Amino acid sequence: MTLLFYLAGAVAVISTLCVIVQTNIVHALIYLILSLLAVAVVFFSLGAPFAAVLEAIVYAGAIMVLFLFVIMMLNLGQHSRDQERSWLQARGWILPGTLAAVLLVQLLNVLLVIDHDFVPTEVGVLEVSALLFGPYVLAVELASILLLAGLVAAYHLAKK
Amino acid sequence: MLTQIWLMPTLPLLGFLSLVLTAGTLPKRAVAVIGAGSIGLAFLVALSVAIQFLASGEEAVTQSLWVWMSVGGFNPGFSFYIDGLTVVMMLVITGVGFLIHLYSTGFMIDDPSYSRFFSYMNLFVAAMLTLVLADNLVLLYLGWEGVGLCSYLLIGFWYTNPENGYAARKAFVVTRVGDTSMALGLFLLFAQLGTLNIQDMLHAAEAEWQVGSGMAIAAALLLLGGAVGKSAQLPLQTWLPDAMAGPTPISALIHAATMVTAGVYLIARTHVVFELAPSVQELVAWIGLITLLMSGFTAMAQHDIKRILAYSTISQIGYMFLGLGVGAWSAAIFHLMTHAFFKALLFLGAGTVILSLHHEHDIFKMGGKRKQLPVAFLSFLIGGLALTAFPFTSGFFSKDEILLAALALEGPGTILWLGGVIGAFFTGIYTFRLIFVVFFGESKGHDQEKEVAGWNMAGPLFVLMLLSLVGGFISIPVDAVFAHGEEHAEHHVSTLIHGIMIVVPLIGIAISYLFYCSGQLSIDKLMASKLAQSLHRFWFSGWGMDKLYDGLFVRPFVALARLNSKDFIDWLYGLLVSLTRWGNALVVKSQTGYLRWYALSIALGLAVLLTLGVTL
Amino acid sequence: MQGIPYEHGLILASILFAIGLVGVLTRRNIVFLLMSLEIMLNACGLAFIVASARWEQADGQVMFLMILTLAAAEVAVGLGLIIQLYRRYHTVDIDRLSEMKG
Repeated sequence: MTLLFYLAGAVAVISTLCVIVQTNIVHALIYLILSLLAVAVVFFSLGAPFAAVLEAIVYAGAIMVLFLFVIMMLNLGQHSRDQERSWLQARGWILPGTLAAVLLVQLLNVLLVIDHDFVPTEVGVLEVSALLFGPYVLAVELASILLLAGLVAAYHLAKK
Repeated sequence: MLTQIWLMPTLPLLGFLSLVLTAGTLPKRAVAVIGAGSIGLAFLVALSVAIQFLASGEEAVTQSLWVWMSVGGFNPGFSFYIDGLTVVMMLVITGVGFLIHLYSTGFMIDDPSYSRFFSYMNLFVAAMLTLVLADNLVLLYLGWEGVGLCSYLLIGFWYTNPENGYAARKAFVVTRVGDTSMALGLFLLFAQLGTLNIQDMLHAAEAEWQVGSGMAIAAALLLLGGAVGKSAQLPLQTWLPDAMAGPTPISALIHAATMVTAGVYLIARTHVVFELAPSVQELVAWIGLITLLMSGFTAMAQHDIKRILAYSTISQIGYMFLGLGVGAWSAAIFHLMTHAFFKALLFLGAGTVILSLHHEHDIFKMGGKRKQLPVAFLSFLIGGLALTAFPFTSGFFSKDEILLAALALEGPGTILWLGGVIGAFFTGIYTFRLIFVVFFGESKGHDQEKEVAGWNMAGPLFVLMLLSLVGGFISIPVDAVFAHGEEHAEHHVSTLIHGIMIVVPLIGIAISYLFYCSGQLSIDKLMASKLAQSLHRFWFSGWGMDKLYDGLFVRPFVALARLNSKDFIDWLYGLLVSLTRWGNALVVKSQTGYLRWYALSIALGLAVLLTLGVTL
Repeated sequence: MQGIPYEHGLILASILFAIGLVGVLTRRNIVFLLMSLEIMLNACGLAFIVASARWEQADGQVMFLMILTLAAAEVAVGLGLIIQLYRRYHTVDIDRLSEMKG
């Protein structure tokens, strides 16, 4: 399991890096799916099979398909690849890179202080669903309403 | 017992609400029924309350409805207090008020704002009843301001004419001066005595203040300021003649019979405070005397039928103040009542004249109208006789009591008495000048018009005539109220004094007859000299008081306002504005419209916050 | 079975978050922007899962579900906006849409 965690983590980091440096948008999307699947594996290795399954189905499946559709509708071809290349100048990376590095260093600085090993115990579907339909039932309803609103808004916005 | 006291102000208030909420959609007949009916019912209630009260033989009755507010030791309530003084006031208000309402149903019938008129009238009666029934000065002040508001609304009733609006504003602003003084008086009384319940306050004042002590003088002066403003006495009398811009029944109800006497009521109600400040009480007498003389002169110079009556009102309230000033409390209240009868009669008679002659106000354009307007003539004759204190009319008894009380006073009593008698002389002149010019002599136009007097207009006139004639025989039950303050020494005065007081007004009438009726003496000859003309002008303008106040207060204020229209103070705030603008211009540069720039700033902020969170 | 130091999970989440942030800040293409946002949201979800595993509580996973829902709704609306923008301005360049400024 431990090995699985580190392996999947490495895949996730690398593929995510590839997402943000890609010029071809479809390639970037494929890398993003890879990254999300890797994260799903991480979830599994951390003992959250339910979350892992949802990550694969909803994120890597549904949401990414949505992206794909939009990319197809926008019909971004060779022209957009050249444009992307021209936009991605090296100096454009300096400030965001440094800033992100600073943030990361700070986060690591905080995180490295704590040091507790733990054995991932599986938190199964049962516990999650018991919570979802117990104390969190209102939140679930609200989430469904949010989704409905998102649906209506997306339909309205994308209308001609 | 006496549980229906609260109905008295409530009935007119209900009338007001139902009229105001229907906003003129009701037919005129319904408006008349509601408007006059609510007052009529209130009068019946007042009558039954009065009978029960007098039959019970108690000195005073209080009915508490609820506590208005309760802050610390300050808890004025909606509580009504009834004693002899209140009984007189409430009967006058509802009784005369009802007659005037009845008269108005005929007088205002052609007015498009019929419903608005009656809603204001009902509100006025409700406020006036609150004023006289109040058991604490805060509730009294509510009524006091309420009648002021109604007075303002009704003077400016025909608001399409800007002059009426001006007159209304003038009345409101001038009375406001007095009201401010009265409010200060209330503050002082509360701060010093810790209560505004009238009876408790009076007892506390008696217990804590020495006669002639500074506090008593200050409180009495401040209350006097309020009374002077409301009752149009010197120096705040200038609003009342202009208040004649309102419909004539208004002048009868508010500016003659009830509201303007509120000042007299206030002083009578708080007479204990004035007794503790004898110097102020004497000032009241002097104010009354000077006012009655000045307005007597002014009334002789006026042309407008209503302005003459207005100045005579000021003059008669001057008599009441004189009575208050010499300690003849019950005589002053007695005169208040009889004055309400005959002055309402005169005003309503004037209303009939004005309405019949198509809103003609100038008495010199009438003449010889006694056949043409018989009811109005009879009203004026009887009202005029009562006003000039003709023997055995109502005005005779009340004025007599005041003057005799003045004479009995040691010190300035004789002068006050003499002034009062001279005032009575002028009263005779100007009253019968009005009657002779309007009803006798040659007609000067308006020959074709018929008298407008339906039963609802003539009826109240006949009732008021009766009251003006026999009102002097009514004895008012106020002895208990003023019992401890009034000396009931029998005035043993010579028949000479009595004779003088009877004869002097008659001489005035005779002079008036010689000048204006028989033509044996000519006004034109009298007016030939320059001095007489300028005197006439001076009196016509009401002793130039308006001009004086214009120069003294209005113009400096306007000049000051104009000076300040550049707003020196505003510069400071302008600086603040430009500073904000400048800051905005600076910050707005950071708002570039680039989404990534915003994201960058958020990330930067996060980095800073994290740094702070980690290091601190 | 050897345990996983749970800070390592959080470190992974931080790294992913930072990468997503760099993406948001550098890319001008609005679709890339949205994808980078998804990465960041996903990183947050990961942090919740780690916490859930550490304390053996299911609440973290519930929170992850909430984030998932949020992301789905956000993507739907965001993509709708992108389509509308592209239709109006014929561009996916976020810098061209800078009219709202002071």
